[in-house]
Amino acid sequence: MSSLTGTFNPVMNRRSVIAGVAGLGATSILAGCSDSASEGGSGASDGAAFKIGAIGPLTGAAASYGNSVCNGVELGCKDFSTDEFPLTSKAEDDVADGEKSVNAFNSLADWGMQALVGPTTTGASIAVAEVANSDPKVFMMTPSASSPDVTANKTCVFQACFNDPNQGENAAVKLAEMFPDEKFVVFYNSGDPYSAGIRDAFVAKAAELKLEVVDEESFKDDSQTSFTNQLTKAKDAGATMIFAPIYYTPASVLLTNANEMGYEVKMMGCDGMDGILGVEGFDTSLAEGLFLMTPFSADEEKNADFVNAYKAAYDEVPDQFAADAYDAVHAIVMAMQEAGLAIDADPAEIAEKLPAAVTSIKVEGLTGTLTWNDKGEVEKDPMVYVIQDGKYVAA
Amino acid sequence: MTVFLQYLVNGLSMGSVYAIIALGYTMVYGIAKMLNFAHGDVIMIGAYISFCVTSYLGLPAVVSVLAAVVVCTVLGILIERLAYKPLRQAGPLAVLITAIGVSYFLQNAAQLIWGATPKNFTSIVSFQVPAFLKAYNVSAVSLVTVVACLVIMAALMWFTGKTKMGKAMRACSEDKAAAQLMGINVNRTISMTFAIGSALAAIAGVLLCSYSPVLQPTTGSMPGIKAFTAAVFGGIGSIPGAFVGGILLGIIEAMAQAYISTSLANSIVFAVLIVVLLVKPAGLFGKYVPEKV
Repeated sequence: MSSLTGTFNPVMNRRSVIAGVAGLGATSILAGCSDSASEGGSGASDGAAFKIGAIGPLTGAAASYGNSVCNGVELGCKDFSTDEFPLTSKAEDDVADGEKSVNAFNSLADWGMQALVGPTTTGASIAVAEVANSDPKVFMMTPSASSPDVTANKTCVFQACFNDPNQGENAAVKLAEMFPDEKFVVFYNSGDPYSAGIRDAFVAKAAELKLEVVDEESFKDDSQTSFTNQLTKAKDAGATMIFAPIYYTPASVLLTNANEMGYEVKMMGCDGMDGILGVEGFDTSLAEGLFLMTPFSADEEKNADFVNAYKAAYDEVPDQFAADAYDAVHAIVMAMQEAGLAIDADPAEIAEKLPAAVTSIKVEGLTGTLTWNDKGEVEKDPMVYVIQDGKYVAA
Repeated sequence: MTVFLQYLVNGLSMGSVYAIIALGYTMVYGIAKMLNFAHGDVIMIGAYISFCVTSYLGLPAVVSVLAAVVVCTVLGILIERLAYKPLRQAGPLAVLITAIGVSYFLQNAAQLIWGATPKNFTSIVSFQVPAFLKAYNVSAVSLVTVVACLVIMAALMWFTGKTKMGKAMRACSEDKAAAQLMGINVNRTISMTFAIGSALAAIAGVLLCSYSPVLQPTTGSMPGIKAFTAAVFGGIGSIPGAFVGGILLGIIEAMAQAYISTSLANSIVFAVLIVVLLVKPAGLFGKYVPEKV
């Protein structure tokens, strides 16, 4: 879902709070993946393990995403290791920057990485996908970079998360099913490719499905402090439901403003909305009845084992980034067996044979049932949750 | 018509916040003849202090505002003493660069102390607005903001016009050397100006965050720049100018968002500023108010 390019993002990491209070400074935050090049999983000692690399921002503004991904990979390597097929992982920090991400990729390649789960953010993933797809190729599956540009025209690059157009289309289909009679306003960040990408696909699909979209409102990063004017416009246009493919920080402002205006309106967001209940100081009662389309819920019964193991290991509740990364490891292990590849297979051989295997497997993962098309895009059922009593409940 | 009035109310409320910030800019510029670019970040600090006092200590909102005012006043005096006073004889560019440095320092300090994760600021005012007003988007915060803005402006006009300290400030503004010869303690007067400016910043911070609840280390930057624009728009150094500039800026922004484009609103605001400055280089009030504060 993330479309960070490494410059600025309003969604910052929670760890820096702790580190900041401890006076450690933003550059030393390496919690989770305890250092920028930690090794995990079993079989690391005897050297005969399948090597999975992970890349994400472990420091800086987007560190919470990168740490989740690296933790997810580490936990995945522990859980999916078997005696015949031991796994080991190594994480590298890219600070959500394309150039640093390519360096991280190269250093993992020197380590002997056989498959990559990462990078975490879109800008970095586009840069690394180029390198991974040129000789000598390395198989790559990004858990969270959602732009279609990441996988476009590349044979060995896959996504474990929905891409933006898919998510927009899915949202339109779901809304047409659940709320055919509402009048919609689309509320998006025109300066953010994630938000704008979902919006474009949503609007096209909504027209096809004859959803009534009465208004569209946009904002940019530098003007996300107050949405009263946009809401006034939407209300005037008669909108009864907001579709907001935006991050949770502006979403919390949107809900607060709507409440102050006394504008009673339903709202649905996408996976970027996940996290809204964790905003410090936010009156979570405002989020009651909010719909979100997100692939993973830590509150769901079937994910309890993963959630508990994750909590025990990293002392926090896993988010969808961790779940997507865990599923990516799951998929790689399954595809390796499907392709009949040996544990010491050459990365180039893996990159050649694994894609066909990935498109033929079906992974029962944390984020649903995952299958892949030959473009590298994932197909899974979107799940819609509604917030009730401060928890995600299937809608 | 109702909708138009709603936009007008939105613009007035946001404009009042800009006006309070702009008053701080204009005070400091008028007297110390320097652009205090760290002003926006003092606002952010004020908001954080208020947030901490209400959320972590559980004290009432009024106490939190007072705490914010005290902390920011001390902070303002400290900044002036440590960063600007040693540069009193240096050129204006050196001071300007220092101000930008202080701004970055405050932002990063805030990130270290409170983290980069945005916090949601709970509005400090929570009384019910009568229904007939609510129909026009009038919220408790906007009422308080507009009233606070008017009171502050009147108080500043009175202070600079009638009190001894105010007269000293105006004297320093006209000619520092001459003021010193007349027995005015210029350094103390400038410190006082910073204290007042920073106290205003604390109030502005609390009101800004009550109006738009996201609190993060960069919260003060954009409103700070817009308020600076408003101060220049109205004629920097002029108290009524800052007030009118702030209100107009808020209204122009609201109308641009409402009737032209939400994405282009900022560009339109700054385009209007350029046009005004082309026609009236001293700003709206710059020319007609000879007594700069």
